Amino acid sequence: MFANHLDTKVGTPDITKLPSRNGFGDGLVEAGKRDAQVVALCADLTESTRVLPFAEMFPKRFLQIGIAEQNMASVASGMAAMGKVPFIASYAMFSPGRNWEQIRTTVAYNNVNVKIIGAHAGISVGPDGATHQALEDIGLMRLIPNMIVIAPADAIEARKATLVAAKHNGPVYIRIGRSDTPVVTTDDSPFVLGKAELFYTKKEGTEKSVAIVVTGTLAHNALLAAVELEAMGIGVSVLHMATIKPLDVDALVSLASAHDAIVTVEEHQITGGLGGAVTEALSSTHPIKITRLGVADQFGQSGEPDELLAHYKLDVKAIVEAAKAIVA
Amino acid sequence: MHYLTSADVTRLELTANHIRQSIIEMLVEAKSGHTAGPLGMADIFTLLYFEVLQHDPKNPNWADRDRLILSNGHICPVLYATLAHAGYFPIEELMTLRKFGSRLQGHPHREALPGLETTSGPLGSGLSQAVGMALAERMDNPYSSKYFYCLAGDGELNEGQIWEAAMLAGKEKLHNLIMIIDRNGIQIDGYTKDVMPLEPLAEKFESFNFDVQEVDGHNIRAMNDAIGKAQAVYGQPSVIIAHTIASKGVDVFERDFRWHGNPPGKGPEDRVPKSEQAKVALEKLRTLAGMISKTDIS
Repeated sequence: MFANHLDTKVGTPDITKLPSRNGFGDGLVEAGKRDAQVVALCADLTESTRVLPFAEMFPKRFLQIGIAEQNMASVASGMAAMGKVPFIASYAMFSPGRNWEQIRTTVAYNNVNVKIIGAHAGISVGPDGATHQALEDIGLMRLIPNMIVIAPADAIEARKATLVAAKHNGPVYIRIGRSDTPVVTTDDSPFVLGKAELFYTKKEGTEKSVAIVVTGTLAHNALLAAVELEAMGIGVSVLHMATIKPLDVDALVSLASAHDAIVTVEEHQITGGLGGAVTEALSSTHPIKITRLGVADQFGQSGEPDELLAHYKLDVKAIVEAAKAIVA
Repeated sequence: MHYLTSADVTRLELTANHIRQSIIEMLVEAKSGHTAGPLGMADIFTLLYFEVLQHDPKNPNWADRDRLILSNGHICPVLYATLAHAGYFPIEELMTLRKFGSRLQGHPHREALPGLETTSGPLGSGLSQAVGMALAERMDNPYSSKYFYCLAGDGELNEGQIWEAAMLAGKEKLHNLIMIIDRNGIQIDGYTKDVMPLEPLAEKFESFNFDVQEVDGHNIRAMNDAIGKAQAVYGQPSVIIAHTIASKGVDVFERDFRWHGNPPGKGPEDRVPKSEQAKVALEKLRTLAGMISKTDIS
C-alpha cells in the first residue's frame, strides 16, 4: 500500500515528471529569501544546475567562479568562515568528483557551513556518456567525517532537502538528477534529515516478503516493482533512504526484522553507495540477505535514460527479478 | 601603515629571534617537522603579528580582526611559535607540537587551536579561502578596512588551484587581499628552478591583474613598507614576493633544500653531525643576535 502522503498518480503512467534539479533551483531561491547569508557559487553551469533563478534574483549574492571546481570549494570554505551559507553547484562528476580533497580538507575537516550540489548524478544523465555520469559520488562523500549525504527522490524532495541543508549548520552534499523523473512525493510528505520514509507498506499475511531500499530518483521504479511483486503474492515494502549519511539504522533494523530479504536500488556503483551503507549497517545489527542493484563496477555509456536503466538493471523489471530471486 | 623607528625594528628582530629559538626547540622535541620554511618566515610572521595585523590574542574570534590564512600549512611551527609569543596560548605548549593529543597538529587544524583561521597542509588551497573571505566581507561591507593576508610558499605555486584563485581575485578586484609568497627557492625535491621553474613570477601575477612587489623578506622595514603599499592598492589584489633565505638564522642550514622537511637532529650531516644539529642551531642563533640569553635546550 502506497503511503498516503504520496502523489495520487503514483504507480500510474500519468505521474508528473520533472528533473529533481528543478526542485533544487526552487529551494535555493526560497532559502535565499529566508536567509540573507545564503550565497551561491557556480562553475560555469548556472543554467543546467538550476542556480540561474537565484543568480537572477540575488545577483550580488551569486559568484561565477568559472570552470574551476577546486577553487569553488575552497572559496566557499572562506565565505563560510565569514558567516555565509554558500551553495556550490556543478555536475557531481566535477564536484565532488574533481575537488574531493578540497572538500575533505577545506570544507569538511575545517567543518564549515558549505552545501555541495552534485547535479547530473547517476546513469540517467544519458547521452553525455560515462565521463558525465557520476556513479561514485555517494561513496566519495559518505567517507568524509562531518559530511551529510542526501539523494532526494524527486523535485519536491530536492526543494525540501535544499531548505533543510540551508538551515543545518555544517557541510551537506545533495545529489540531484538531470532527466525528467516521476514526482512521487507531495508538499505534505515528511522530510526529516536522517530519517528514512516508508513509501510502500507490505500487505500482511504473505508467505514471503522483501523490502526494497531505494535512494534518489529511482523511487518510482521501486514503487512500480512493489505493485508487481504484490500481485505475485510477495509482500513488499519500499523504504526511501533520502539521507544516506547519517543512515537511519533504526528504520533499517525494523525493516529487516519484518522481511525475509532486502534489495537496495541506486544509480551508483554497487560498492560504496546506498547498498554498501545498508550492508555495513545490517551486518552488525540484523544480518539478512541483501541484493544490491546498481552499476556493477563498470563505467556507463551514452544512451537515453530508460535504455541505460534497463541495460544496467535498474528498471522495474530488474528490480522485480532481483526481489523474486532473493526470496525464491 | 605604521612607521617603524630603529627601536621598533630592533624590537621586532629580537622577537623574531626568540621565535626562531622556539621553532628549533619545538622541532627538536617533536623529532619531525619542517625547518627551512619556518626559520625563513620568522621575520615576516613577527612583523605581521607584532606590528601589522589588527587582532586581539585575548579575543581570537573578534569579528573585526584581519584574517591571516596560512596556505602552506607545513610551515606551521612558525605560526604556532608566533601565536604563542603574541599571547594566544602558553609558550610551553609549543613543546607539544606533533604529539598525541596536542592542539598543535602536524599541520594546522582550525578547530584545534585559537588563532588559526583555517586548516591547511594539502597545498594550494589557501589563496582560494582568502579570496572567499574577502568576497564575503565585501558583500557585507564594501568599505571594509579588514585585510585578508594569504601566506603561501613558492613551491606550492606549482598547484593549479593557486592560479584558479588568482584569476578570480583579479576578476573581482579584491584590493583587501594581500598575498605574501615565501620565495625561498626550495621545495622538498630540490630547488624550485629545477623542480618546476616559476620565473618570470612577478610577470605571471601582473598578468593576473595583481599589484606586484618584490622585497627582501628579512628586511623588516622594507617588508613593512611593502605591506603598507599593498594596503593602499585600490581596484586590484596585491602580492608581495618576499625573497627569503631558507633556514634563515642558522647559516649552516641556510639555502639547502634538504632542510625543507627535516628537524634539527635529522637533517643532512655533511656540515653538522645529527647529534650536534640542535645545539649548533641554537648557538648560531645566539651568535646572530647576540641577545638571546636562554640556556641550551636539554
